[in-house]
Amino acid sequence: MSMWRSISWWFTLIVLLGAGLWPIASGSATGREDMFLILMLVTLASSLNILLGYTGYVNFGHIVFFGLGGYIGFYLMHRQGWSLGPAMIAGGLATAALALVLGTIILRLRGAYFALATIGINEAVRAFVANFEPFGGATGMSLNFAVYQAYGGAAQALWIAYGVLLAVTLLTVGISFAVKHSKFGLGLMAIREDEDAALVLGVRGPRAKTLAYALSALFPGMVGVLFFFKNGNIEPGDAFRLHLSIETLVMVMLGGQGTVWGPILGAALYERLRGYLLTSPLFKSLHLAFAGMLLLLIILFVPAGVIGWLRARFPAIRRVIP
Amino acid sequence: MSLLEIQGVSKRFGGLQALNRVSLHVSEGEILGLIGPNGAGKTTLFNVINGVYRPEEGRVIFRGQDITGRPPYEIARLGIARAHQIVRPLNELTVLENVMVGACFGRENRSLREAREIALAVLEQVGLAGKRDVEAARLNVAEKKRLELARALAARPYLILLDEVLAGLNPTEVATMLEVIRAIRASGITVLMIEHLMHAVMNVSDRIVVLDYGEVIAEGIPQEIAHHPRVIEAYLGDPRLSQSLLEAQGG
Repeated sequence: MSMWRSISWWFTLIVLLGAGLWPIASGSATGREDMFLILMLVTLASSLNILLGYTGYVNFGHIVFFGLGGYIGFYLMHRQGWSLGPAMIAGGLATAALALVLGTIILRLRGAYFALATIGINEAVRAFVANFEPFGGATGMSLNFAVYQAYGGAAQALWIAYGVLLAVTLLTVGISFAVKHSKFGLGLMAIREDEDAALVLGVRGPRAKTLAYALSALFPGMVGVLFFFKNGNIEPGDAFRLHLSIETLVMVMLGGQGTVWGPILGAALYERLRGYLLTSPLFKSLHLAFAGMLLLLIILFVPAGVIGWLRARFPAIRRVIP
Repeated sequence: MSLLEIQGVSKRFGGLQALNRVSLHVSEGEILGLIGPNGAGKTTLFNVINGVYRPEEGRVIFRGQDITGRPPYEIARLGIARAHQIVRPLNELTVLENVMVGACFGRENRSLREAREIALAVLEQVGLAGKRDVEAARLNVAEKKRLELARALAARPYLILLDEVLAGLNPTEVATMLEVIRAIRASGITVLMIEHLMHAVMNVSDRIVVLDYGEVIAEGIPQEIAHHPRVIEAYLGDPRLSQSLLEAQGG
Protein backbone atom coordinates (compact mmCIF):
# COMPACT_ATOMS: atom_id res chain seq x y z
CA MET A 1 0.00 0.00 0.00
CA SER A 2 1.67 3.14 -1.20
CA MET A 3 -0.55 5.39 0.95
CA TRP A 4 1.49 4.41 4.02
CA ARG A 5 4.46 6.10 2.34
CA SER A 6 2.52 9.30 1.71
CA ILE A 7 3.22 12.33 3.90
CA SER A 8 -0.28 13.67 3.42
CA TRP A 9 -1.87 10.45 4.67
CA TRP A 10 0.28 10.44 7.81
CA PHE A 11 -0.59 14.08 8.36
CA THR A 12 -4.31 13.29 8.04
CA LEU A 13 -4.05 10.28 10.33
CA ILE A 14 -2.14 12.13 13.03
CA VAL A 15 -4.49 15.12 13.06
CA LEU A 16 -7.59 12.94 13.24
CA LEU A 17 -6.13 10.60 15.81
CA GLY A 18 -4.92 13.52 17.94
CA ALA A 19 -8.30 15.24 17.90
CA GLY A 20 -10.13 11.97 18.42
CA LEU A 21 -8.02 10.77 21.34
CA TRP A 22 -8.09 14.08 23.16
CA PRO A 23 -11.46 13.49 24.95
CA ILE A 24 -10.31 10.00 25.94
CA ALA A 25 -7.04 11.33 27.33
CA SER A 26 -8.72 14.15 29.24
CA GLY A 27 -11.68 11.98 30.27
CA SER A 28 -14.03 14.88 29.57
CA ALA A 29 -17.60 13.75 28.85
CA THR A 30 -18.55 17.08 27.25
CA GLY A 31 -15.48 16.93 25.06
CA ARG A 32 -16.48 13.44 24.05
CA GLU A 33 -20.03 14.52 23.15
CA ASP A 34 -18.70 17.39 21.01
CA MET A 35 -16.19 15.16 19.29
CA PHE A 36 -18.79 12.42 18.78
CA LEU A 37 -20.89 14.83 16.76
CA ILE A 38 -17.90 16.14 14.79
CA LEU A 39 -16.56 12.67 13.98
CA MET A 40 -20.03 11.53 12.98
CA LEU A 41 -20.37 14.48 10.61
CA VAL A 42 -16.84 13.92 9.25
CA THR A 43 -17.82 10.34 8.45
CA LEU A 44 -21.11 11.36 6.82
CA ALA A 45 -19.44 14.12 4.79
CA SER A 46 -16.42 12.02 3.75
CA SER A 47 -18.61 9.15 2.61
CA LEU A 48 -20.93 11.51 0.72
CA ASN A 49 -17.84 13.00 -0.93
CA ILE A 50 -17.06 9.64 -2.61
CA LEU A 51 -20.23 10.03 -4.68
CA LEU A 52 -20.58 13.82 -4.75
CA GLY A 53 -16.97 14.95 -4.94
CA TYR A 54 -15.22 12.13 -6.76
CA THR A 55 -18.01 10.87 -9.03
CA GLY A 56 -19.97 14.10 -9.48
CA TYR A 57 -23.40 12.74 -8.56
CA VAL A 58 -25.40 14.96 -6.19
CA ASN A 59 -27.11 12.87 -3.54
CA PHE A 60 -29.80 14.56 -1.45
CA GLY A 61 -30.68 11.31 0.27
CA HIS A 62 -27.39 10.36 1.88
CA ILE A 63 -29.04 10.30 5.31
CA VAL A 64 -31.32 7.41 4.30
CA PHE A 65 -28.34 5.09 4.83
CA PHE A 66 -27.67 6.57 8.27
CA GLY A 67 -31.31 6.07 9.27
CA LEU A 68 -31.80 2.65 7.76
CA GLY A 69 -28.45 1.33 9.01
CA GLY A 70 -29.36 2.67 12.44
CA TYR A 71 -32.72 0.89 12.32
CA ILE A 72 -31.26 -2.43 11.22
CA GLY A 73 -28.53 -2.36 13.85
CA PHE A 74 -30.95 -1.21 16.52
CA TYR A 75 -33.37 -3.99 15.63
CA LEU A 76 -30.60 -6.58 15.85
CA MET A 77 -29.45 -5.31 19.25
CA HIS A 78 -32.92 -4.70 20.67
CA ARG A 79 -34.90 -7.65 19.36
CA GLN A 80 -32.22 -10.22 18.50
CA GLY A 81 -29.76 -9.55 21.31
CA TRP A 82 -26.75 -8.86 19.05
CA SER A 83 -23.85 -6.89 20.48
CA LEU A 84 -22.77 -3.50 19.12
CA GLY A 85 -19.88 -4.58 16.84
CA PRO A 86 -21.69 -7.20 14.75
CA ALA A 87 -24.85 -5.05 14.66
CA MET A 88 -22.85 -2.10 13.35
CA ILE A 89 -21.22 -4.18 10.62
CA ALA A 90 -24.58 -5.69 9.67
CA GLY A 91 -26.12 -2.20 9.47
CA GLY A 92 -23.34 -0.97 7.19
CA LEU A 93 -23.37 -4.02 4.94
CA ALA A 94 -27.16 -3.86 4.63
CA THR A 95 -27.13 -0.24 3.49
CA ALA A 96 -24.24 -0.90 1.10
CA ALA A 97 -26.21 -3.81 -0.37
CA LEU A 98 -29.29 -1.61 -0.72
CA ALA A 99 -27.19 1.01 -2.55
CA LEU A 100 -25.84 -1.69 -4.84
CA VAL A 101 -29.37 -2.64 -5.87
CA LEU A 102 -30.69 0.94 -6.02
CA GLY A 103 -27.59 2.13 -7.83
CA THR A 104 -28.01 -0.24 -10.76
CA ILE A 105 -31.44 1.33 -11.25
CA ILE A 106 -31.19 5.03 -10.42
CA LEU A 107 -27.60 5.67 -11.53
CA ARG A 108 -28.89 5.50 -15.10
CA LEU A 109 -30.29 8.94 -14.32
CA ARG A 110 -27.99 11.91 -14.57
CA GLY A 111 -27.84 15.37 -13.07
CA ALA A 112 -30.98 16.74 -11.48
CA TYR A 113 -32.95 13.56 -12.18
CA PHE A 114 -30.61 11.50 -10.04
CA ALA A 115 -30.72 14.11 -7.28
CA LEU A 116 -34.53 14.03 -7.30
CA ALA A 117 -34.57 10.24 -7.18
CA THR A 118 -32.40 10.28 -4.05
CA ILE A 119 -34.92 12.51 -2.25
CA GLY A 120 -37.65 10.10 -3.29
CA ILE A 121 -35.72 7.19 -1.83
CA ASN A 122 -35.32 8.91 1.52
CA GLU A 123 -39.04 9.64 1.74
CA ALA A 124 -40.02 6.16 0.54
CA VAL A 125 -37.81 4.42 3.11
CA ARG A 126 -39.07 6.72 5.87
CA ALA A 127 -42.68 5.88 4.94
CA PHE A 128 -41.87 2.19 4.81
CA VAL A 129 -40.13 2.14 8.18
CA ALA A 130 -42.91 4.19 9.82
CA ASN A 131 -45.36 1.46 8.85
CA PHE A 132 -43.13 -1.55 9.46
CA GLU A 133 -44.20 -3.24 12.70
CA PRO A 134 -40.97 -5.15 13.48
CA PHE A 135 -39.19 -1.75 13.56
CA GLY A 136 -41.84 -0.37 15.95
CA GLY A 137 -43.77 1.56 13.31
CA ALA A 138 -44.26 5.28 13.83
CA THR A 139 -43.17 5.20 17.49
CA GLY A 140 -39.89 3.43 16.82
CA MET A 141 -37.93 1.40 19.37
CA SER A 142 -36.18 2.05 22.66
CA LEU A 143 -33.27 0.08 24.05
CA ASN A 144 -33.79 -1.56 27.39
CA PHE A 145 -31.40 0.16 29.79
CA ALA A 146 -30.17 -3.28 30.87
CA VAL A 147 -28.58 -3.73 27.43
CA TYR A 148 -25.80 -1.34 28.48
CA GLN A 149 -24.85 -3.67 31.36
CA ALA A 150 -23.05 -5.89 28.88
CA TYR A 151 -20.67 -2.97 28.21
CA GLY A 152 -19.98 -2.22 31.87
CA GLY A 153 -22.83 0.24 32.43
CA ALA A 154 -24.28 3.15 30.47
CA ALA A 155 -21.36 5.50 31.11
CA GLN A 156 -18.85 2.93 29.88
CA ALA A 157 -21.04 2.12 26.85
CA LEU A 158 -20.86 5.75 25.73
CA TRP A 159 -17.06 5.65 25.80
CA ILE A 160 -17.07 2.39 23.87
CA ALA A 161 -19.41 3.84 21.23
CA TYR A 162 -17.09 6.82 20.96
CA GLY A 163 -13.99 4.65 20.51
CA VAL A 164 -15.67 2.58 17.82
CA LEU A 165 -16.83 5.76 16.05
CA LEU A 166 -13.25 7.06 16.03
CA ALA A 167 -12.13 3.81 14.39
CA VAL A 168 -14.94 4.02 11.81
CA THR A 169 -14.04 7.65 11.06
CA LEU A 170 -10.38 6.75 10.49
CA LEU A 171 -11.49 3.88 8.25
CA THR A 172 -13.81 6.16 6.25
CA VAL A 173 -11.17 8.83 5.72
CA GLY A 174 -8.60 6.13 4.93
CA ILE A 175 -10.88 4.64 2.28
CA SER A 176 -11.61 8.12 0.94
CA PHE A 177 -7.87 8.74 0.63
CA ALA A 178 -7.21 5.33 -0.96
CA VAL A 179 -10.04 5.77 -3.48
CA LYS A 180 -8.85 9.24 -4.43
CA HIS A 181 -5.38 7.90 -5.19
CA SER A 182 -6.44 4.70 -6.94
CA LYS A 183 -7.23 3.64 -10.47
CA PHE A 184 -10.86 3.20 -9.39
CA GLY A 185 -10.84 6.81 -8.19
CA LEU A 186 -9.32 8.03 -11.45
CA GLY A 187 -12.19 6.35 -13.27
CA LEU A 188 -14.71 8.04 -10.96
CA MET A 189 -13.16 11.46 -11.55
CA ALA A 190 -13.21 10.84 -15.30
CA ILE A 191 -16.95 10.16 -14.96
CA ARG A 192 -17.35 13.37 -12.97
CA GLU A 193 -15.63 15.46 -15.64
CA ASP A 194 -17.35 13.98 -18.70
CA GLU A 195 -19.21 10.72 -18.36
CA ASP A 196 -19.57 10.03 -22.08
CA ALA A 197 -15.90 10.70 -22.76
CA ALA A 198 -15.01 8.42 -19.84
CA LEU A 199 -17.04 5.58 -21.34
CA VAL A 200 -15.28 6.00 -24.69
CA LEU A 201 -11.95 5.89 -22.86
CA GLY A 202 -12.92 2.50 -21.44
CA VAL A 203 -14.19 3.37 -17.95
CA ARG A 204 -16.89 0.86 -16.99
CA GLY A 205 -19.30 3.61 -16.00
CA PRO A 206 -22.29 1.69 -14.66
CA ARG A 207 -20.18 -0.58 -12.50
CA ALA A 208 -17.87 2.15 -11.19
CA LYS A 209 -20.77 4.43 -10.24
CA THR A 210 -22.66 1.66 -8.49
CA LEU A 211 -19.58 0.66 -6.49
CA ALA A 212 -18.98 4.29 -5.51
CA TYR A 213 -22.59 4.58 -4.37
CA ALA A 214 -22.36 1.35 -2.34
CA LEU A 215 -19.08 2.45 -0.76
CA SER A 216 -20.56 5.82 0.17
CA ALA A 217 -23.54 4.00 1.75
CA LEU A 218 -21.47 1.62 3.87
CA PHE A 219 -20.15 4.14 6.40
CA PRO A 220 -23.34 6.09 7.21
CA GLY A 221 -25.01 2.73 7.83
CA MET A 222 -22.36 1.89 10.45
CA VAL A 223 -22.42 5.34 12.02
CA GLY A 224 -26.22 5.24 12.27
CA VAL A 225 -25.98 2.14 14.46
CA LEU A 226 -23.48 3.85 16.77
CA PHE A 227 -25.52 7.04 16.99
CA PHE A 228 -28.80 5.33 17.88
CA PHE A 229 -27.08 2.92 20.26
CA LYS A 230 -25.79 5.94 22.12
CA ASN A 231 -29.17 7.66 21.82
CA GLY A 232 -31.06 4.69 23.26
CA ASN A 233 -34.07 5.09 21.03
CA ILE A 234 -34.87 5.43 17.36
CA GLU A 235 -37.89 6.75 15.49
CA PRO A 236 -38.57 7.57 11.83
CA GLY A 237 -38.51 11.36 12.30
CA ASP A 238 -35.04 11.17 13.86
CA ALA A 239 -33.57 8.62 11.51
CA PHE A 240 -34.50 10.13 8.15
CA ARG A 241 -34.01 13.88 8.62
CA LEU A 242 -33.83 15.22 5.08
CA HIS A 243 -32.30 18.45 6.34
CA LEU A 244 -29.31 16.54 7.70
CA SER A 245 -28.69 15.32 4.13
CA ILE A 246 -28.65 18.90 2.95
CA GLU A 247 -26.43 20.01 5.82
CA THR A 248 -24.00 17.22 4.89
CA LEU A 249 -23.94 18.60 1.36
CA VAL A 250 -23.16 22.04 2.78
CA MET A 251 -20.25 20.58 4.75
CA VAL A 252 -18.74 18.90 1.69
CA MET A 253 -19.16 22.03 -0.41
CA LEU A 254 -17.88 24.30 2.34
CA GLY A 255 -14.68 22.32 2.87
CA GLY A 256 -14.13 21.51 -0.80
CA GLN A 257 -15.68 18.67 -2.74
CA GLY A 258 -13.45 16.10 -4.35
CA THR A 259 -10.65 16.48 -1.81
CA VAL A 260 -9.93 14.26 1.20
CA TRP A 261 -9.64 17.17 3.61
CA GLY A 262 -12.63 19.14 2.33
CA PRO A 263 -15.31 17.07 4.08
CA ILE A 264 -13.23 16.86 7.28
CA LEU A 265 -12.69 20.59 7.51
CA GLY A 266 -16.21 21.36 6.28
CA ALA A 267 -17.81 19.08 8.86
CA ALA A 268 -15.78 20.55 11.72
CA LEU A 269 -16.41 24.15 10.66
CA TYR A 270 -20.09 23.60 10.06
CA GLU A 271 -20.59 21.83 13.38
CA ARG A 272 -18.97 24.73 15.26
CA LEU A 273 -21.03 27.23 13.30
CA ARG A 274 -24.25 25.34 13.89
CA GLY A 275 -23.43 25.03 17.57
CA TYR A 276 -23.08 28.79 17.75
CA LEU A 277 -26.25 29.47 15.77
CA LEU A 278 -28.35 27.04 17.80
CA THR A 279 -27.33 28.61 21.10
CA SER A 280 -27.52 32.21 19.94
CA PRO A 281 -30.96 33.67 20.75
CA LEU A 282 -30.97 35.65 17.51
CA PHE A 283 -30.43 32.80 15.04
CA LYS A 284 -31.85 29.87 17.02
CA SER A 285 -34.67 28.95 14.67
CA LEU A 286 -32.88 30.21 11.57
CA HIS A 287 -29.94 27.84 11.36
CA LEU A 288 -31.34 25.94 8.36
CA ALA A 289 -32.01 29.16 6.51
CA PHE A 290 -28.43 30.06 7.29
CA ALA A 291 -27.21 26.71 5.92
CA GLY A 292 -29.12 27.36 2.70
CA MET A 293 -27.62 30.84 2.36
CA LEU A 294 -24.18 29.43 3.01
CA LEU A 295 -24.62 26.79 0.30
CA LEU A 296 -25.73 29.45 -2.15
CA LEU A 297 -22.76 31.68 -1.37
CA ILE A 298 -20.27 28.81 -1.67
CA ILE A 299 -21.65 27.70 -5.04
CA LEU A 300 -21.61 31.27 -6.34
CA PHE A 301 -18.28 32.47 -5.01
CA VAL A 302 -16.07 29.62 -3.80
CA PRO A 303 -17.23 26.53 -5.70
CA ALA A 304 -14.01 24.72 -4.80
CA GLY A 305 -14.58 25.23 -1.06
CA VAL A 306 -12.04 26.22 1.58
CA ILE A 307 -9.49 23.56 0.58
CA GLY A 308 -9.84 24.34 -3.11
CA TRP A 309 -9.44 28.04 -2.41
CA LEU A 310 -6.32 27.45 -0.29
CA ARG A 311 -4.79 25.13 -2.88
CA ALA A 312 -5.30 27.64 -5.64
CA ARG A 313 -3.53 30.30 -3.55
CA PHE A 314 -0.78 28.12 -2.09
CA PRO A 315 -0.02 25.19 -4.42
CA ALA A 316 2.62 23.87 -2.01
CA ILE A 317 -0.03 22.68 0.47
CA ARG A 318 -1.15 20.04 -2.04
CA ARG A 319 1.65 17.85 -0.82
CA VAL A 320 0.45 17.92 2.77
CA ILE A 321 -3.32 18.26 2.44
CA PRO A 322 -4.80 15.68 0.10
CA MET B 1 -6.19 -8.74 -43.58
CA SER B 2 -9.23 -6.78 -42.44
CA LEU B 3 -8.97 -5.29 -38.98
CA LEU B 4 -12.38 -3.67 -39.07
CA GLU B 5 -15.28 -4.73 -41.25
CA ILE B 6 -18.45 -2.66 -41.49
CA GLN B 7 -21.25 -4.61 -43.11
CA GLY B 8 -24.42 -2.89 -44.32
CA VAL B 9 -24.78 -0.54 -41.36
CA SER B 10 -27.85 1.73 -41.20
CA LYS B 11 -28.67 4.34 -38.59
CA ARG B 12 -31.75 6.53 -38.55
CA PHE B 13 -32.54 9.59 -36.41
CA GLY B 14 -36.29 10.15 -36.69
CA GLY B 15 -36.84 10.92 -40.36
CA LEU B 16 -33.15 11.37 -41.13
CA GLN B 17 -31.31 8.43 -42.63
CA ALA B 18 -27.86 9.19 -41.25
CA LEU B 19 -26.28 5.98 -42.52
CA ASN B 20 -27.72 3.82 -45.29
CA ARG B 21 -26.27 0.31 -45.64
CA VAL B 22 -22.70 1.48 -45.31
CA SER B 23 -20.08 -1.16 -45.91
CA LEU B 24 -16.34 -0.66 -45.76
CA HIS B 25 -13.27 -2.31 -44.39
CA VAL B 26 -10.06 -1.11 -42.79
CA SER B 27 -6.96 -3.21 -43.36
CA GLU B 28 -4.38 -3.74 -40.68
CA GLY B 29 -1.63 -1.13 -40.79
CA GLU B 30 -3.23 1.35 -43.19
CA ILE B 31 -4.34 4.94 -42.90
CA LEU B 32 -7.88 5.13 -44.22
CA GLY B 33 -9.32 8.59 -44.83
CA LEU B 34 -13.06 9.08 -44.48
CA ILE B 35 -14.30 12.19 -46.26
CA GLY B 36 -17.60 13.68 -47.32
CA PRO B 37 -19.57 16.92 -47.15
CA ASN B 38 -21.02 18.15 -43.85
CA GLY B 39 -23.82 15.92 -42.61
CA ALA B 40 -22.66 12.94 -44.68
CA GLY B 41 -22.72 10.68 -41.61
CA LYS B 42 -19.00 10.40 -40.90
CA THR B 43 -19.15 11.10 -37.17
CA THR B 44 -22.29 8.96 -36.88
CA LEU B 45 -20.30 6.09 -38.37
CA PHE B 46 -17.61 6.60 -35.71
CA ASN B 47 -20.31 6.58 -33.06
CA VAL B 48 -21.60 3.27 -34.39
CA ILE B 49 -18.10 1.78 -34.50
CA ASN B 50 -17.25 2.60 -30.91
CA GLY B 51 -20.63 1.76 -29.46
CA VAL B 52 -22.10 5.17 -28.71
CA TYR B 53 -24.96 4.37 -31.12
CA ARG B 54 -26.48 1.01 -31.89
CA PRO B 55 -27.24 0.65 -35.63
CA GLU B 56 -30.68 -0.49 -36.77
CA GLU B 57 -29.15 -2.75 -39.38
CA GLY B 58 -25.81 -4.29 -40.18
CA ARG B 59 -22.82 -5.47 -38.22
CA VAL B 60 -19.46 -4.17 -37.10
CA ILE B 61 -16.75 -6.82 -37.01
CA PHE B 62 -13.47 -6.01 -35.25
CA ARG B 63 -10.62 -8.53 -35.35
CA GLY B 64 -13.06 -11.24 -36.30
CA GLN B 65 -15.43 -10.46 -33.43
CA ASP B 66 -18.94 -9.03 -33.77
CA ILE B 67 -18.95 -5.85 -31.65
CA THR B 68 -22.27 -4.38 -32.87
CA GLY B 69 -24.18 -2.72 -30.04
CA ARG B 70 -21.58 -3.40 -27.34
CA PRO B 71 -21.11 -0.56 -24.82
CA PRO B 72 -18.30 1.94 -25.57
CA TYR B 73 -16.16 0.87 -22.61
CA GLU B 74 -16.06 -2.74 -23.82
CA ILE B 75 -15.12 -1.66 -27.32
CA ALA B 76 -12.38 0.59 -25.91
CA ARG B 77 -10.96 -2.40 -24.04
CA LEU B 78 -10.98 -4.50 -27.21
CA GLY B 79 -8.60 -1.98 -28.76
CA ILE B 80 -10.46 0.86 -30.49
CA ALA B 81 -9.57 4.34 -29.26
CA ARG B 82 -11.02 7.63 -30.42
CA ALA B 83 -10.08 11.30 -30.56
CA HIS B 84 -13.22 13.42 -30.68
CA GLN B 85 -13.94 16.19 -33.15
CA ILE B 86 -15.15 18.46 -30.38
CA VAL B 87 -12.43 18.05 -27.77
CA ARG B 88 -13.59 16.55 -24.50
CA PRO B 89 -10.84 17.16 -21.95
CA LEU B 90 -11.46 16.05 -18.37
CA ASN B 91 -11.20 19.67 -17.32
CA GLU B 92 -10.29 19.55 -13.64
CA LEU B 93 -7.80 16.73 -14.05
CA THR B 94 -4.23 17.48 -15.05
CA VAL B 95 -2.93 16.73 -18.53
CA LEU B 96 -1.03 13.74 -17.14
CA GLU B 97 -4.13 12.38 -15.36
CA ASN B 98 -6.17 12.77 -18.54
CA VAL B 99 -3.72 10.62 -20.45
CA MET B 100 -3.45 8.13 -17.58
CA VAL B 101 -7.22 7.53 -17.88
CA GLY B 102 -6.58 6.37 -21.43
CA ALA B 103 -3.79 4.01 -20.38
CA CYS B 104 -5.61 2.70 -17.29
CA PHE B 105 -8.86 1.79 -18.98
CA GLY B 106 -7.75 1.12 -22.54
CA ARG B 107 -6.82 -2.13 -24.21
CA GLU B 108 -3.94 -2.98 -21.91
CA ASN B 109 -5.84 -2.17 -18.70
CA ARG B 110 -2.73 -0.95 -16.92
CA SER B 111 -2.18 -0.26 -13.23
CA LEU B 112 -1.91 3.33 -12.09
CA ARG B 113 1.90 3.23 -11.90
CA GLU B 114 2.38 1.68 -15.36
CA ALA B 115 -0.21 4.09 -16.76
CA ARG B 116 1.88 6.97 -15.50
CA GLU B 117 4.97 5.75 -17.37
CA ILE B 118 2.98 5.23 -20.58
CA ALA B 119 1.31 8.62 -20.24
CA LEU B 120 4.66 10.38 -19.82
CA ALA B 121 6.00 8.68 -22.95
CA VAL B 122 2.91 9.56 -24.99
CA LEU B 123 2.98 13.19 -23.82
CA GLU B 124 6.55 13.34 -25.03
CA GLN B 125 5.47 11.94 -28.41
CA VAL B 126 2.71 14.52 -28.96
CA GLY B 127 4.76 17.39 -27.53
CA LEU B 128 2.79 18.08 -24.35
CA ALA B 129 5.37 16.90 -21.83
CA GLY B 130 5.94 20.43 -20.58
CA LYS B 131 2.26 20.80 -19.65
CA ARG B 132 1.81 17.57 -17.73
CA ASP B 133 0.80 19.16 -14.42
CA VAL B 134 -1.47 21.80 -15.94
CA GLU B 135 -5.23 21.43 -15.58
CA ALA B 136 -6.64 20.31 -18.93
CA ALA B 137 -9.09 23.22 -18.95
CA ARG B 138 -6.18 25.65 -19.23
CA LEU B 139 -4.82 24.30 -22.52
CA ASN B 140 -5.40 26.14 -25.80
CA VAL B 141 -7.33 24.53 -28.65
CA ALA B 142 -4.30 23.07 -30.44
CA GLU B 143 -3.03 21.61 -27.17
CA LYS B 144 -6.45 20.17 -26.36
CA LYS B 145 -6.45 18.45 -29.76
CA ARG B 146 -3.09 16.93 -28.97
CA LEU B 147 -4.40 15.87 -25.56
CA GLU B 148 -7.32 14.06 -27.23
CA LEU B 149 -4.83 12.25 -29.40
CA ALA B 150 -2.50 11.47 -26.49
CA ARG B 151 -5.35 9.97 -24.46
CA ALA B 152 -6.36 7.75 -27.36
CA LEU B 153 -2.76 6.67 -27.97
CA ALA B 154 -2.12 5.87 -24.32
CA ALA B 155 -4.74 3.14 -24.59
CA ARG B 156 -2.32 1.37 -26.99
CA PRO B 157 -5.20 0.52 -29.36
CA TYR B 158 -5.13 -1.64 -32.48
CA LEU B 159 -7.29 0.92 -34.26
CA ILE B 160 -7.50 4.64 -33.65
CA LEU B 161 -10.44 6.76 -34.84
CA LEU B 162 -9.39 10.35 -35.49
CA ASP B 163 -12.28 12.76 -35.93
CA GLU B 164 -11.03 15.98 -37.58
CA VAL B 165 -7.90 16.28 -35.49
CA LEU B 166 -6.55 18.86 -37.96
CA ALA B 167 -9.53 21.22 -37.83
CA GLY B 168 -8.73 24.61 -36.37
CA LEU B 169 -4.95 24.15 -36.53
CA ASN B 170 -2.63 26.56 -38.35
CA PRO B 171 -0.45 25.26 -41.25
CA THR B 172 2.59 24.61 -39.05
CA GLU B 173 0.48 22.74 -36.52
CA VAL B 174 -1.13 20.73 -39.33
CA ALA B 175 2.29 19.69 -40.61
CA THR B 176 3.35 18.61 -37.10
CA MET B 177 0.12 16.69 -36.60
CA LEU B 178 0.54 14.86 -39.93
CA GLU B 179 4.00 13.75 -38.78
CA VAL B 180 2.45 12.49 -35.55
CA ILE B 181 -0.21 10.56 -37.51
CA ARG B 182 2.45 8.94 -39.68
CA ALA B 183 4.41 8.04 -36.57
CA ILE B 184 1.30 6.45 -35.07
CA ARG B 185 0.93 4.22 -38.10
CA ALA B 186 4.64 3.42 -38.02
CA SER B 187 4.21 2.24 -34.43
CA GLY B 188 1.77 -0.40 -35.69
CA ILE B 189 -1.57 1.28 -35.03
CA THR B 190 -4.15 1.32 -37.81
CA VAL B 191 -5.70 4.73 -38.43
CA LEU B 192 -9.23 5.60 -39.56
CA MET B 193 -9.52 9.37 -39.90
CA ILE B 194 -12.28 11.81 -40.75
CA GLU B 195 -10.85 14.95 -42.28
CA HIS B 196 -12.09 18.01 -44.11
CA LEU B 197 -8.68 19.39 -44.95
CA MET B 198 -8.44 17.90 -48.44
CA HIS B 199 -4.75 18.34 -49.22
CA ALA B 200 -3.81 16.87 -45.85
CA VAL B 201 -6.03 13.82 -46.07
CA MET B 202 -4.97 13.17 -49.70
CA ASN B 203 -1.39 13.44 -48.59
CA VAL B 204 -1.46 11.14 -45.60
CA SER B 205 -4.04 8.43 -46.49
CA ASP B 206 -3.34 5.13 -48.20
CA ARG B 207 -6.95 4.81 -49.20
CA ILE B 208 -10.01 7.06 -49.07
CA VAL B 209 -13.71 6.33 -48.62
CA VAL B 210 -16.24 9.02 -49.51
CA LEU B 211 -19.61 9.27 -47.76
CA ASP B 212 -22.50 11.41 -48.98
CA TYR B 213 -26.02 11.41 -47.52
CA GLY B 214 -25.15 8.37 -45.46
CA GLU B 215 -23.96 6.26 -48.40
CA VAL B 216 -20.54 5.24 -49.64
CA ILE B 217 -20.20 6.92 -53.05
CA ALA B 218 -16.57 6.21 -53.80
CA GLU B 219 -13.56 4.34 -52.54
CA GLY B 220 -9.99 4.20 -53.78
CA ILE B 221 -6.49 5.62 -53.62
CA PRO B 222 -6.26 9.42 -53.24
CA GLN B 223 -5.52 10.13 -56.93
CA GLU B 224 -8.61 8.21 -58.04
CA ILE B 225 -10.80 9.96 -55.51
CA ALA B 226 -9.59 13.43 -56.50
CA HIS B 227 -10.85 12.87 -60.04
CA HIS B 228 -13.91 10.81 -59.28
CA PRO B 229 -16.96 12.51 -60.86
CA ARG B 230 -19.34 11.60 -58.02
CA VAL B 231 -16.98 13.01 -55.44
CA ILE B 232 -16.62 16.28 -57.35
CA GLU B 233 -20.38 16.36 -57.67
CA ALA B 234 -20.91 15.77 -53.97
CA TYR B 235 -18.57 18.61 -53.10
CA LEU B 236 -19.25 21.05 -55.93
CA GLY B 237 -22.59 20.06 -57.41
CA ASP B 238 -23.00 18.80 -60.98
CA PRO B 239 -19.51 18.06 -62.47
CA ARG B 240 -20.56 18.69 -66.09
CA LEU B 241 -22.16 21.95 -65.08
CA SER B 242 -19.07 23.05 -63.16
CA GLN B 243 -16.89 21.87 -66.02
CA SER B 244 -18.88 23.85 -68.58
CA LEU B 245 -18.92 26.91 -66.34
CA LEU B 246 -15.14 26.72 -66.03
CA GLU B 247 -14.80 26.37 -69.81
CA ALA B 248 -17.21 29.22 -70.47
CA GLN B 249 -15.25 31.49 -68.16
CA GLY B 250 -11.92 30.37 -69.63
CA GLY B 251 -13.24 30.99 -73.19
